[in-house]
Amino acid sequence: MKILVAVKRVIDYNVQIRVKEDGTGVVTDNVKMSTNPPDDNAIEEAVKIKEAGKATEVVAITVGEEKAQETVRKALAVGADRGIHVKADGILEPLAVSKILQKIVDKEKPDLVFMGKQAIDDDCNQTGQMLSALLNWPQATFASKIDVKDNKLEVTREIDEGLETIEINVPAIVTCDLRLNEPRYASLPNIMKAKKKPIEEIAASDLGVDVSPRLEQIKVEEPPKRKAGIKVANVAELVQKLKNEAKVI
Amino acid sequence: MAVLLIAEHNNKELRPFTLNAATAASQIDSEVHAVIIGQDTAEATKQLSELPVVKKILSVEAAHYENFTAENFAPVIVKLAENYSHIVCSANTFGKNLMPRIAAHLDTSQVSDIIKVISSDTFLRPIYAGNAFATIKSNDVKKCVTIRPTSFDPCESTGGSAQIEKVDASEEFSKTKFIKREEIKSDRPELGTARIVVSGGRGMQSGDNFKLITEIADKLGAAIGASRAAVDAGYISNDHQVGQTGKVVVPDLYIAIGISGAIQHLAGMKESKVIVAINKDGEAPIFSVADYGLEADLFEAIPQFMEELNKLNTIQK
Repeated sequence: MKILVAVKRVIDYNVQIRVKEDGTGVVTDNVKMSTNPPDDNAIEEAVKIKEAGKATEVVAITVGEEKAQETVRKALAVGADRGIHVKADGILEPLAVSKILQKIVDKEKPDLVFMGKQAIDDDCNQTGQMLSALLNWPQATFASKIDVKDNKLEVTREIDEGLETIEINVPAIVTCDLRLNEPRYASLPNIMKAKKKPIEEIAASDLGVDVSPRLEQIKVEEPPKRKAGIKVANVAELVQKLKNEAKVI
Repeated sequence: MAVLLIAEHNNKELRPFTLNAATAASQIDSEVHAVIIGQDTAEATKQLSELPVVKKILSVEAAHYENFTAENFAPVIVKLAENYSHIVCSANTFGKNLMPRIAAHLDTSQVSDIIKVISSDTFLRPIYAGNAFATIKSNDVKKCVTIRPTSFDPCESTGGSAQIEKVDASEEFSKTKFIKREEIKSDRPELGTARIVVSGGRGMQSGDNFKLITEIADKLGAAIGASRAAVDAGYISNDHQVGQTGKVVVPDLYIAIGISGAIQHLAGMKESKVIVAINKDGEAPIFSVADYGLEADLFEAIPQFMEELNKLNTIQK
């Protein structure tokens, strides 16, 4: 079984986001970038399945600008076998990314495609489901547990009401929740080894996919600020304030 | 052209967020039709027909719709989409799972999780865990929009009498099989719609200690929330998680106990009307969004809090 894992480069989850003064976006210059956190879970799961002898190859793919390749290199350092970097500049909407991934799936013919359930930059939560629609494959979104059974997967999904378990036939798409596993750190020797693993570079324009945005970002602004609150001295004061000032209890 | 709202239900009754999504749909266009897909949905369909904002209902029933599988739902909605300008549903796990599948089939770039309808093609949505708001204009002919339910009031639920039209089911997608759903049943209000939410974090130190949260929630008639750290640590089940990748809540009162206030947690609760933080670390980021902060050891503060609540003559429910 061959697993393709899609990873995205985003502003690191610990960074305090700053909105650009001209309203065109958020500040990314000199800001720490990392792999989108649930994409790390997707890589980890694929590598674990391979280590369990149930997959033969793990291929990491990213779509984006030059520096996005760092995320593929990181995936190689934690166990992916080879990488693909589809080069494209500017804003890429999930629809465009899923069309690119569809082309790569046609070429690579993986049995499974994994990715994070949501990117923490645009918070769209779309790409996996869109790819699954384009391929007419089953989708298991928000996965917190995956059991590989021959040509089927049993997946536990995190839903608003609790947990749902489904069985999907391979080939399939799985989008991963943060609770799926604990991603490992890359060891120094493995980081060195990853430098020798191959990354194929493909220009998005060579794939014959129209990636031009359909959505216009009119402006980006700071959300309204909450006005500063107060510290109360003790519990009695807190309850009195809630009762008599805020009038919420 | 009219707006098509995808009704969310459990085959027996409408799920409450359908009412919030209906409000958003009616702000896009006054002509709102709703599609309800399921098995034996007569009662839920009747409830839907009573929403005054819904002018017409399309009902699709078949055994393979019983478990709301997106692979089964999408083809039927894609077919209906021909007659509509917008497809709308809630940005909860139901809508998040389903809508992109529809959008891709329609070759439309979806607008996710909107918090405001600016015009029929322009919407406001949070990005970066709500640390920025983006105004987005869709240039697609058909627009697929998911709405953040807590950002729209629920519509009226009585007085309407929409006509109901039966629509043929599409073929079953046989490669996805539903096995089971483990829903945690509780008599408490639902987290997403509760007036008061009491949440615990890693500071609770154990699942057992969450009983302290439960007691306060019972006393206040509140729902129980949790930070991702508390869920990851196994103190409480995932359906309680509040935050960027959990639920977004906007209660009148949010009480955060032993929660430090990571950006990802704040994303799920900072629009609450009144926020209380109880934490022993005075520098914890949760205090930056709290209206009332109490710097204290929660194991001392919670029993005192119960005691003070017990002294009150009345508590609003």
